[in-house]
Amino acid sequence: MANFNLKINGRQFQVDVEEDTPLLWVLRDHLGLVGTKYSCGIAQCGACTVHINGEARNSCVTPVSSLESDEVITIEGLSEDGKHPVQQAWEEVDVAQCGYCQAGQIMTAAALLKSNSQPSMAEIEDAMNRNLCRCGTYHKIREAVALAAKK
Amino acid sequence: MASFKTNRRDFLKMAATAGGGLFIGFQWFSCDSPKMKVLSNEEILASAKQFNAFLSITPEGDVVIYSPNPELGQNIKTSFPMVVAEELDADWERVRVVQANLDLDNFERQVTGGSGAMPHSWERLRRAGATAKYLLVSAAADQWDVSYDSLSTEKGQVVHAASGRKINYGELVNAASQLEAPEDVRLKDPKDFKIIGTPVKNVDNKAMFTGQALFGLDFYREGMVHAMIQRPPFGMKVKSFDDSEARNIKGVSDVIQFGENVAVVGTSTWPLMKAKKALNIAYEPISEEESTVNHDRIFRDLLDGDQAEIMRQDGNVDRAFQGAAQIVTSEYQCPFLSHSPMEPMNFFAHVKGDKVELVGPTQTPERARNEAAKLLGIEPENVSVEITRLGGGFGRRLRADFVVEAVELSRILNKPVKVTWSREDDMTGGAYRPAVRYRFQAALDASGNMIGYKLRGAGINAGNTTRQDNFPSGAVDNLLIESVEHKSHVTTNAWRAPITNFLAYAEQSFLDEVAEVAKKDPVKFRLDLLARAKTEPVGEIHYDIDRMKGVIELAAEKSEWGRDSLVKQGFSVYFSHRSYVAQVANVVMENNQPVLKKIIAATDCGIVVNPTGANHQVRGGIVDGMGHAMFGNLTFQNGSPKQKNFDTYRLIRMKEVPEIDVHYIDNGIDPTGLGEPALPPTGGAIANAIYNATGRRLRSQPFIEQKEFSDMEIKMERV
Repeated sequence: MANFNLKINGRQFQVDVEEDTPLLWVLRDHLGLVGTKYSCGIAQCGACTVHINGEARNSCVTPVSSLESDEVITIEGLSEDGKHPVQQAWEEVDVAQCGYCQAGQIMTAAALLKSNSQPSMAEIEDAMNRNLCRCGTYHKIREAVALAAKK
Repeated sequence: MASFKTNRRDFLKMAATAGGGLFIGFQWFSCDSPKMKVLSNEEILASAKQFNAFLSITPEGDVVIYSPNPELGQNIKTSFPMVVAEELDADWERVRVVQANLDLDNFERQVTGGSGAMPHSWERLRRAGATAKYLLVSAAADQWDVSYDSLSTEKGQVVHAASGRKINYGELVNAASQLEAPEDVRLKDPKDFKIIGTPVKNVDNKAMFTGQALFGLDFYREGMVHAMIQRPPFGMKVKSFDDSEARNIKGVSDVIQFGENVAVVGTSTWPLMKAKKALNIAYEPISEEESTVNHDRIFRDLLDGDQAEIMRQDGNVDRAFQGAAQIVTSEYQCPFLSHSPMEPMNFFAHVKGDKVELVGPTQTPERARNEAAKLLGIEPENVSVEITRLGGGFGRRLRADFVVEAVELSRILNKPVKVTWSREDDMTGGAYRPAVRYRFQAALDASGNMIGYKLRGAGINAGNTTRQDNFPSGAVDNLLIESVEHKSHVTTNAWRAPITNFLAYAEQSFLDEVAEVAKKDPVKFRLDLLARAKTEPVGEIHYDIDRMKGVIELAAEKSEWGRDSLVKQGFSVYFSHRSYVAQVANVVMENNQPVLKKIIAATDCGIVVNPTGANHQVRGGIVDGMGHAMFGNLTFQNGSPKQKNFDTYRLIRMKEVPEIDVHYIDNGIDPTGLGEPALPPTGGAIANAIYNATGRRLRSQPFIEQKEFSDMEIKMERV
């Protein structure tokens, strides 16, 4: 076990875990940030997507020891009170079915729009294709990302 | 107007109580609007008056609606309260929705399955709202000393038009809750609906989109331990195991064998994932190897054998086939499929003496309760079940295996336990869509009329593989439907649209094969059969011929069936779970490859309660049906699926989803469910379109693995 200093959602945290512990489980089991979801554990589904230095990353395969001064943002820290343009678009389009994958979808979309504020539909699909939705809300996700880009 | 007797089971009079224990353990996820003062749980608890099992109202006018059924994405937590609020004439902005716990005294059928919630509860929900409204209006009539009939309601207010007076429901709750609930209650004429039929947004949106704890896996309790379990391959038992390596992993407090399971226990999840992999367990077989090779051999034996059970028999099929001008025979096969909800199985259990607290994602809380009680030998009433939101289910969470093992571990450890399944556990741990093989045969006379029809379905732990009274039964003079089952150690369970999720594809593909031999247009062929069933029905008919005809005609119209020779179309129609769905798939050949451009769906589910929710279910069902027809495959070796995670078990992704057009029949009939009915027709529509485009018939799933397409790629078009 070792102590790791983490910067998450603009706050400093210290956790005492094994160095191979994925960020996902640090967030969920040790910090109570359960908005980031576990689903596959092997970077195939995107449910665990967070921002690391502004980029969408799979927290399930990101060992805590690989984070030094990196800035981590989770769904809980994306905005004050759910007012990020992507979150607002998700509400307006009413995207979710079961909702389990949606935090990851939102984080992927927010990272896309940060690097490319006016993506084409093909660029939206390229970015969002890494996130699985078992309920099949893909049409709504496309619509919501395009709407968020207009905000 | 309709009038109904009040059901006393649903309407226990609880005048002037605050709901008491019903609130305990609930979490609040309101659809709070910035316009209103947001009350805390305690404020609501202190002041709300309960009118019936579904409904409480505070003196401030906040309306609390309890949603009894588990929410797994079918939108019931939004659509149920809409129906209550409609008859109450509530202001939707003031409605808060609360997921009810398992409560058999106050609710019936707290089950998510069979697309059955809305048809079961439609009248009950309406009566719940209408009864409370009656009491509120009566209280206003008393207060103003005017007649009941001189009053009306709108958006959470009682209105006296003659004097222009208005009063908020909140101001009436104390008086109204003292009144006796009526025996009869008038329900609205559907043409007066203001909330039903509008796109009300999901009540959990904010919680879902800001990462609040909602799902079973998000549940943590002070002092609980985590556990993960290594379950045996199918048809195997534990021979021996060495847990020394697992016990040496930091964070692992215990390794426990119970039955054929070996559990690793600790204070957080990650060490357990490592420890489970470090368990050295040797298994030995208790049966013939469960493998796809063996299963394929079993299918051949069952289809050729004489063990099949007759499910339906009309006329004399032997004579029809002997006298046939032409006979069409074809076989269709599907593999096992994993449900793979995005949230893997998990459950929290705390055994406290002869009492048990359960918290988690289940489609059948009552079954969870009963199986927990049975395991412990206690009364079911001693088990409480708090229902979290479910990160998908698709039928997997109808079982209670993942509940019972948590209960057993909590008993052994004498601690609160949360059992988490890894994705690999979830995919290899069973309860799959059963593998099935069908043999269809049709006899045609010289004019191309289908005079005989035979279907034999062979399934592995599939129960009845047929729906013997469904179309085309009733439209064919001589018909024989048989089913035969092989019992296996591979566990199976209902998988979204059980049986019909593949039967519909096979049947609708076969009917196209028959139509081609009969030289008839596929749509006309189906309509002719329905016309025959209408005028000269054969035996019992369990589907509504006119409703099925309605969706066929609407799908043909909206898809411009047969009008563009460059667009190769495939047709499919199916009745399941009380709803009717017809679909057309459009395929265009590009660079000698079939490209799926679009799917058009026509649905008859009666009144569409929430158009957004309905579109979600129809599109989602089509995406689900398409994805699994294209890609889904679990193959077995040595008792385990070879596919253990999403790297090898392929699920459909955004780029693979075509445009989907959704249309509804507007007929005002009481609503039926939509969680399942849109899925069954999809595979057949796609396969028929691909046949029409390429001349190659897809008779097995998944499509991408069929040898007929080894030189060709089925492409899916981006919109």
